[in-house]
Amino acid sequence: MLSEKYPEEIQNLLKKYPSDQKRAAVMALLYLAQRETGYLTKPLMQEVADIIDISITDVASIVGFYSLYHEKTGGKYRIQVCTDLPCALRGAEEFLEKLCENLGIRVGETTPDGLVTVERVMCLAGCDKAPLFQVQTKDSIEYHENQSVEKAMDLINKWRR
Amino acid sequence: MNSYLLLRHREIPDIDKLEVYCQNGGFLGFKKAVTTMQPEQVTEVVKASGLRGRGGAGFPTGMKWAFMDNRSWPHYVTANADESEPGTFKDREIMEYNPFQFLEGVAIASYAVSAHTAYIYLRGEFWQIARQLDWRISEMKDAGYLGEKIFGSGYSLEIYTHLGAGAYICGEETALLESIEGKLGQPRLRPPFPPAYGLFGKPTVVNNVETLTNLPLIIERGADWFRSYGTEKSPGVKIFSLSGCVNRPGNYELPLGTTFRSLIFEHGGGIPNNRQIKAIMAAGASSALIVADEKALDTPMDYESVPNLGAQLGSASVIVIDDSVGIDWLINKTVQFFCHESCGKCTPCREGTFWMAHLTERIHSGKASWEDVKLLYDVASQMKTKCLCALGEFSIEAVMSGIDRFKGDFEKRVGANERI
Repeated sequence: MLSEKYPEEIQNLLKKYPSDQKRAAVMALLYLAQRETGYLTKPLMQEVADIIDISITDVASIVGFYSLYHEKTGGKYRIQVCTDLPCALRGAEEFLEKLCENLGIRVGETTPDGLVTVERVMCLAGCDKAPLFQVQTKDSIEYHENQSVEKAMDLINKWRR
Repeated sequence: MNSYLLLRHREIPDIDKLEVYCQNGGFLGFKKAVTTMQPEQVTEVVKASGLRGRGGAGFPTGMKWAFMDNRSWPHYVTANADESEPGTFKDREIMEYNPFQFLEGVAIASYAVSAHTAYIYLRGEFWQIARQLDWRISEMKDAGYLGEKIFGSGYSLEIYTHLGAGAYICGEETALLESIEGKLGQPRLRPPFPPAYGLFGKPTVVNNVETLTNLPLIIERGADWFRSYGTEKSPGVKIFSLSGCVNRPGNYELPLGTTFRSLIFEHGGGIPNNRQIKAIMAAGASSALIVADEKALDTPMDYESVPNLGAQLGSASVIVIDDSVGIDWLINKTVQFFCHESCGKCTPCREGTFWMAHLTERIHSGKASWEDVKLLYDVASQMKTKCLCALGEFSIEAVMSGIDRFKGDFEKRVGANERI
């Protein structure tokens, strides 16, 4: 149970908002829940719903709306590559294509060892340092800028070790 | 005197440390406000400075504050740190490297509207920045710059971060408020505007990170000093995010009114591979396409001059397009973005971006006829002025200006197909 595992953290999150506006903590609670397995199951959504007294349907609508919440399992590391206009002008499409080629997967897929999922995402506010990607794990997001396929593969190989 | 007003970390090492920030005039503005000025006086100074919102709309900041409804309490301040416009990456640099100046700005804005709680809404991708800000907020609290009885006065303030989770639309101020409230990030019907009915139904100021970061120096040094930078109607400096086909992309802090030519060629080092500049997008993916002729290059980048080119300055995210880029490809990129990010609340945007995305994809893939280009233009025209918020309106800017101003690119794409 989240409420048993993180009682203090949950109280601190709720304290940020007026006492009659508990629902405002839903996004932070979903990040907390996602820490468990890297994606949000129905029981986890129910727990979040119970903490802030809203329905699981409302929680699920939030999960569906925002792109950093996941409803399905993915790789331990989700490599999220921006290919929007400014990045594309600096070779992000080719980068994404070659990265996938190197990993033997297509965009959106996970490597057979369950380590890496490669995803195409929208602008990451790093247009001057493209190609870039962020790595989302169950409990963190980290930027990697000025990338090449070699650099990215080095990083992945480091995870493999 | 130092030459940077906002990106001061480029001249003062370790200004992201509280001690160093304080040694360099940190919190003098906030202290002056709280200990020697009434909240209304702070608003008056900001009005007199002519500071305009740096998030894109360019609305006068002091005037926005003056709209706060004093019959309804409590008041809230919300910093818009959702920075998600393709081509924009300025707020991130401020928050990462000069965070205390931004936080002091949040505090000054809060004092000006008598708010005791402020939220910083960060896009979810700025997870690390949010953690750093949390830590810095607690440092400020320990040092007495936040919490109860600040500077021995009766004023108290708490600042909290609130992390989004990946949705461009949350940069729209009412969607942002909905998102903090724990709802879908969808814009509200306006009026009422946030200064009347904002966060939790209370009067709320929503200001961009860069806007807020201007405040400490304006309060400390005065409105006249601020007006010594920039132009009469667009005073101050602006951080121009330069990206695309340019040798030295990055953030450039320059006076408003600097020309495109100066930014792109002097500061940005010109176009790589001896290519020619073809088009400019001044407001990120939300821009109309500016034909990069001599007149455009000599146009000052301020809120009044850019509209003469049939475009807006917006957040000053200048994307440079060279002559190797087909405009049919470009609008397919921007439209796919808006289609993905449309929140789905209003029909013109939800349906319009969807159908435009189909058409731009078909046109770019070379399977279209001229009828499709006309249909695309038609769909875009029908969306115009009919969307609930600016996202839908933004999505047609590059499409319509692209077809109007770079017709040849589309004729070539369609023509090549018809030959097949």
